[in-house]
Amino acid sequence: MSRILILFAHPAFEKSRVHHQLLATIRGMQGVTVHDLYETYPDLNIDVRQEQGLLLQHDIILFQHPFYWYSAPAIIKQWQDLVLEHGWAYGRTGTALRGKRITNVISAGTKEEAYQADGWHQHSLTDFLLPFKQTATLCNMQYLAPFVVYGTHQMDTTGISEHAISYKQFLENLRDR
Amino acid sequence: MEHSYFFITMIYLAAAVVFIPIAKKLGLGSVLGYLLAGVVIGPSLMGFIGSEGQDLMHFAEFGVVMMLFLIGIELEPALLWNLRAPILGLGGLQVLISTAAVAALALLLGQPLNAALALGMILSLSSTAIVLQSLKEKGQMSSAAGQSAFSVLLFQDIAVIPMLAVFPLLAGSSQSAAGHSESSLRDNLPAWGQTLVVLGAVVVIVVAGRYLLRPLLRIIAATRVRELFTAFSLLLVVSISVLMSLVGLSPALGAFLGGVVLANSEYRHELESDIEPFKGLLLGLFFMAVGASIDFKLILSMPWVILGLVVGLMTLKGLILLGLGKIFKISIEQNLLFAMALSQVGEFAFVLLSFSNQNNILPQATVSILTAVVAISMALTPLLLLAYEKLIQPRFNVQSTNTREADEIQEKHPIIIAGFGRFGNIVGRFLRVNGVKATILDLDSDRVDALHNLGVKVYYGDAARRDMLESAGAADAKVIIVAMDTVEQTLEVVRVVRKHFPHLQMLVKAENIPDTFELMDLGVLHIYRETLDTSLRMGADALQMLGVRAYHAYRNAGTFRKQDEKAMKGLSAIRDDKKLYINTVKERIEELEKLMSGERTTRYNPSGLGWDEQSLIDEARQEE
Repeated sequence: MSRILILFAHPAFEKSRVHHQLLATIRGMQGVTVHDLYETYPDLNIDVRQEQGLLLQHDIILFQHPFYWYSAPAIIKQWQDLVLEHGWAYGRTGTALRGKRITNVISAGTKEEAYQADGWHQHSLTDFLLPFKQTATLCNMQYLAPFVVYGTHQMDTTGISEHAISYKQFLENLRDR
Repeated sequence: MEHSYFFITMIYLAAAVVFIPIAKKLGLGSVLGYLLAGVVIGPSLMGFIGSEGQDLMHFAEFGVVMMLFLIGIELEPALLWNLRAPILGLGGLQVLISTAAVAALALLLGQPLNAALALGMILSLSSTAIVLQSLKEKGQMSSAAGQSAFSVLLFQDIAVIPMLAVFPLLAGSSQSAAGHSESSLRDNLPAWGQTLVVLGAVVVIVVAGRYLLRPLLRIIAATRVRELFTAFSLLLVVSISVLMSLVGLSPALGAFLGGVVLANSEYRHELESDIEPFKGLLLGLFFMAVGASIDFKLILSMPWVILGLVVGLMTLKGLILLGLGKIFKISIEQNLLFAMALSQVGEFAFVLLSFSNQNNILPQATVSILTAVVAISMALTPLLLLAYEKLIQPRFNVQSTNTREADEIQEKHPIIIAGFGRFGNIVGRFLRVNGVKATILDLDSDRVDALHNLGVKVYYGDAARRDMLESAGAADAKVIIVAMDTVEQTLEVVRVVRKHFPHLQMLVKAENIPDTFELMDLGVLHIYRETLDTSLRMGADALQMLGVRAYHAYRNAGTFRKQDEKAMKGLSAIRDDKKLYINTVKERIEELEKLMSGERTTRYNPSGLGWDEQSLIDEARQEE
């Protein structure tokens, strides 16, 4: 059984419908740790040792966040800049994360069609996630296929709960495989 | 001419007030100013003061004692230990060689052997008062020349003791040591007893300074009667002098020792600033007395003899110093300063001259001539140093300035913390863990002691006093943190800093809104209301306990603080108009509430600014 760490980042969680449902559904799952970054570090002053310790205790790392400006909210970048230290996460002696798996869990406002070469955003979501993928590679980690909830702008509560259930299955698969 | 006590005092003070600014303006330095003032009010010119000049000089010599106390207190014992080679080597050789050379010269000029030896000893000494005061004023105390001069002067102070002992022997058997004005405790003791008494006195000073003084100072400070501390500081120096005279040691030397013992005390800055004005005035008085004692009638009656003696003597002493400086590897430019600074004859010569006259070693005529010579040589010293500064130093320009940078006598930090209570304490600790050292002043003696026991160096002293700030290095510091216990103290410190140290960046703690306004009026830019940040942090935590997200609470607290500080600036201008003030405050509160409600959001009912904007969602839905 793999242990899963969810690094959750939503600067306005109080406004979020999707992530509330997602997190409510997976609450209490065995082997899954939810780590709420904005709640833990409202001043963005990230405790690097603490974060590195958490990473070491888990096999699979998930960034769960809304998709803002084709990327993650600011605290994720801050987290990457500080926690993924040279000599620890990457570099000649940076092997702490070797063999771990990582990916993103994303909510996107527009529908999947918009994320296509001929769509509104002109690129696929995978294209936009390239920095995450390459970061994983540099840190000797395997980048998995992301879990994406598309079209949240028009989604009703039922739609969201369906996605929440499949999110739970996604986690179970990762955990038990 | 008989004048009242007050009249004399007025003349002296007036002369100082008139001449010092002129001398300073002309770049002559205060020592020269005092000397000139003395000449002008002395018997030769205006005649305001006459025969009392000599008595006055003895009194004013106490200024030298105080100066040595202050030098001692600024000197860490470790630094003194570092100077042991120059003090014994340089100082010892200077006194020996100069004594021998002058004595030989006197023999050649036809003086008998005992008189020649006496002259050698008398004239080998230099003037601690003039040299140190001038070097200090020129900022040369920490240079190689300054340190060497200081070492030599210190040795000379020690050397006076055996000299006083030898003089009666030179007089032959007919006269006893009675010529020395104060009878000393050790007169009737055998040699080993005398040594024991002297050692005992030194031990008393060291032990009392270490163990007795601190609790005493604490009690004195706890009374919070300002002048009591001053009185005690004076008492301290006077007692040391009395004790030293009692055992036949030089009071200046004793005071110096006392100063060194107290150099590490937390009351150091306070003692310094209490003694400093007295020292300054007494030294000034002393210099004026020297100026007044120059007998122009005598000089005019035999100008060439006296001039020749002055020039010859100073050249001889200067050359010997120059040679010694070379042996001790002082750079040529510093060596010149060293030699010129010490080439005069010191104030102690006046004492020794009259002493040797009483002992029948020297005839009255010789003594009169030499008194004039000594006074002139002292008066010439500031001029020589001025000439050095204007003519010689420029030729060597910059390269010499950093020669002994590390030997800085005073500790100086870029930050001064005034007030180390609950507030300043945290600031200080934070700076300290960030590797920033601060000079800390505090007015609460109990706190100073408590912190001292914890190993935190805090100086007892009132930061609202200019001299206190001066001692703490305000002239060179960059930032001052004002965190006094009361509003009145804070305002006082701010006023003093603004007036005397305008270059210092002020960070000021305020307690409430009225004193924030007052600080704004004083032009303070960085004001920190002591409760603002903490209250908001508490408010943010309370919000969180009610289920508000930490990040949201954090940001709103920040917005509130910024708005509040901005509002304070606007309100400051209209605070005297009560009605307008109240109205504006109301408006501001409403404004702030509106702003906050923009950020305040209920779950599933998003209406706020930024992140998951409703307008974006609406737009997306319309496009369907």
